[in-house]
Amino acid sequence: MKPASRFLTRPDQVGVVHMTLDGEALTARPGDTVAAALLAHSGAASRQSVNGSSRTAFCMMGVCFDCLIEVDGQPNTQGCMTLVRDGMALRRQRGLRDIARSDADA
Amino acid sequence: MRDADLIIIGAGPAGMAAAATAAEGGAQLLLLDEQPRAGGQIYRDVGVNGDTRPFLGKDYAAGRPLVGALDAPGITAEFGATVWRIETGRRVVWSRDGISQVTTAHHVLLAGGAQERPVPFPGWTLPGVMPAGAAQILMKSAGLLPRDAVLAGSGPLLYLIAAQLIDAGAPPRALVETQTAGMMLGASRHLPRTLRAAPTLFKGLALIRKIRAAGVARHTGASGFKAVATENGDIEFGFTAKGRAHRLVTPLLLTHQGVVPATHMSRAAGVAHDWCEAQQSFRPKTDTWGGTDAPGLHIAGDGAGIGGAEAAQAAGRLAALDILHRLDLLGEEARDQKAAADRAALDRALAIRPFLDAAYPPPREFLAPEGDTIVCRCEEITATDIRRSLDEGANGPRQVKTATRAGMGPCQGRMCDLTVRGILAACGTPPSTPRARSPIKPVKLGELAALASYQETST
Ligand SMILES: Cc1cc2nc3c(=O)[nH]c(=O)nc-3n(C[C@H](O)[C@@H](O)[C@H](O)COP(=O)(O)OP(=O)(O)OC[C@H]3O[C@@H](n4cnc5c(N)ncnc54)[C@H](O)[C@@H]3O)c2cc1C
Ligand code: FES
Repeated sequence: MKPASRFLTRPDQVGVVHMTLDGEALTARPGDTVAAALLAHSGAASRQSVNGSSRTAFCMMGVCFDCLIEVDGQPNTQGCMTLVRDGMALRRQRGLRDIARSDADA
Repeated sequence: MRDADLIIIGAGPAGMAAAATAAEGGAQLLLLDEQPRAGGQIYRDVGVNGDTRPFLGKDYAAGRPLVGALDAPGITAEFGATVWRIETGRRVVWSRDGISQVTTAHHVLLAGGAQERPVPFPGWTLPGVMPAGAAQILMKSAGLLPRDAVLAGSGPLLYLIAAQLIDAGAPPRALVETQTAGMMLGASRHLPRTLRAAPTLFKGLALIRKIRAAGVARHTGASGFKAVATENGDIEFGFTAKGRAHRLVTPLLLTHQGVVPATHMSRAAGVAHDWCEAQQSFRPKTDTWGGTDAPGLHIAGDGAGIGGAEAAQAAGRLAALDILHRLDLLGEEARDQKAAADRAALDRALAIRPFLDAAYPPPREFLAPEGDTIVCRCEEITATDIRRSLDEGANGPRQVKTATRAGMGPCQGRMCDLTVRGILAACGTPPSTPRARSPIKPVKLGELAALASYQETST
């Protein structure tokens, strides 16, 4: 199942950025964040939660961390805070990889 | 030697207005924002959007001069710069592109703004459910328009977004409001005070007229939200309104229950906070200049309590004047004199708040959810899990966290602190302000190590 984007196709195309998502070609617009590009591309999950359920970017402002994705080998990158770049390789991740945690958690 | 007189964190209306005032008064300042461009939430990307997105309206375009004013001597602005630690002695640690830096200053102004209130209900973690403000961010920064969306919840921002969608030619399928006639009636006792904010009130009424005229279906007094995914990935949204059960199928369900101060930064900086019953949120304690009990630390804008963009600008300027005074760049009398206009503007802008807070209160089903509703999105902890931990003896946010792991994920409780507090309160436990610690945003281990070696060489 690959649901269509939940957003309308954008009319005024202004240049194209070429990237890959799990090895497959993906285009975006210059100035897009990774999360925006993924939401424009499809309505499908961009991450699996700790228990394996589907998630997409949620708050779009750096608060919720539902947009975590591997960017050029760097896991746990906030897709909503990262601008797209030509040649970027994105990989969807499952759960959370180790991430420096607040000392309050100890 | 300090690197700067002042570090301002956040380039929304509060931070931008403060920067202009402080620089005009002769301060050397560093403005940091984790977004790629200036504007904050209301004016996000207004500097680059030009006239390309007229549907965002005049109030959005009004942010352009604020962004323009950042191009002034005395202001160094850094974007993509995430602040993750604020130390006493006013050292600010911030990270960009995986590299952390430390900047010192005599004063720090927090202008980190608000976040949307979490709206937990069964199915709110599904792809296809988003906060309405998040969709608005996509409209502003990427020109992405929600397709056939349902807007659900309450508050002025919900009407604004509906109107912006209508003007963009992508009207929502329906507007589902949790607001009841009783709430409006209860709020009307604040109306006499609100008269000073008449223009704001009229703007609100104009939005509602636009939504009516566009023929968008409206349901009011809605409750019992529930979302499930359909076979093709759409959202089937169920709710009850006027005693009847409704089901709407949509690709995108956009929820909203107002915004709340984003307090992780101020809490981690050691500022005292209290609970604001009217806004159902934590807020830092500040004096009339935005000063706090942490020496050298001011807070302005929605991060100090929700007041909206005009209030944020006025508060930003007031804080800047007080900081100029403390830097010996402005006498006390001159400070007070210059402050008069901003104080009046702040009062005017805040006059409508008691009415708005009373007219659009977040319903209990979202403040203290029950059953299988996920409270902590990171660790997938449900309301039942939280309630069980209370039955088993947890008696505060800390114990709940240890017992359930709620708030231990990467968002550090930003998406569940208020809900945990709501459940604690509903269960009769007097809740305390949850703690927040640095790093307030996750930092990669390598970056921490690099910073540690920097600190060794610099001390
Ligand atoms: C999603 C959303 C959409 C909104 N849309 C509108 C709207 O259309 N109209 C309206 O009237 N009001 C809107 N609001 C309300 C909003 O709070 C405004 O009143 C106004 O933007 C508040 O201004 P501010 O300067 O206090 O904060 P903001 O405008 O929120 O600016 C705060 C800035 O601080 C930065 N920041 C935060 N933490 C850090 C950190 N750790 N490191 C570096 N930078 C940081 C953020 O990136 C942000 O740019 C919206 C709120 C939200 C949350
Ligand atoms: S979408 Fe919430 S942090 Fe990126």
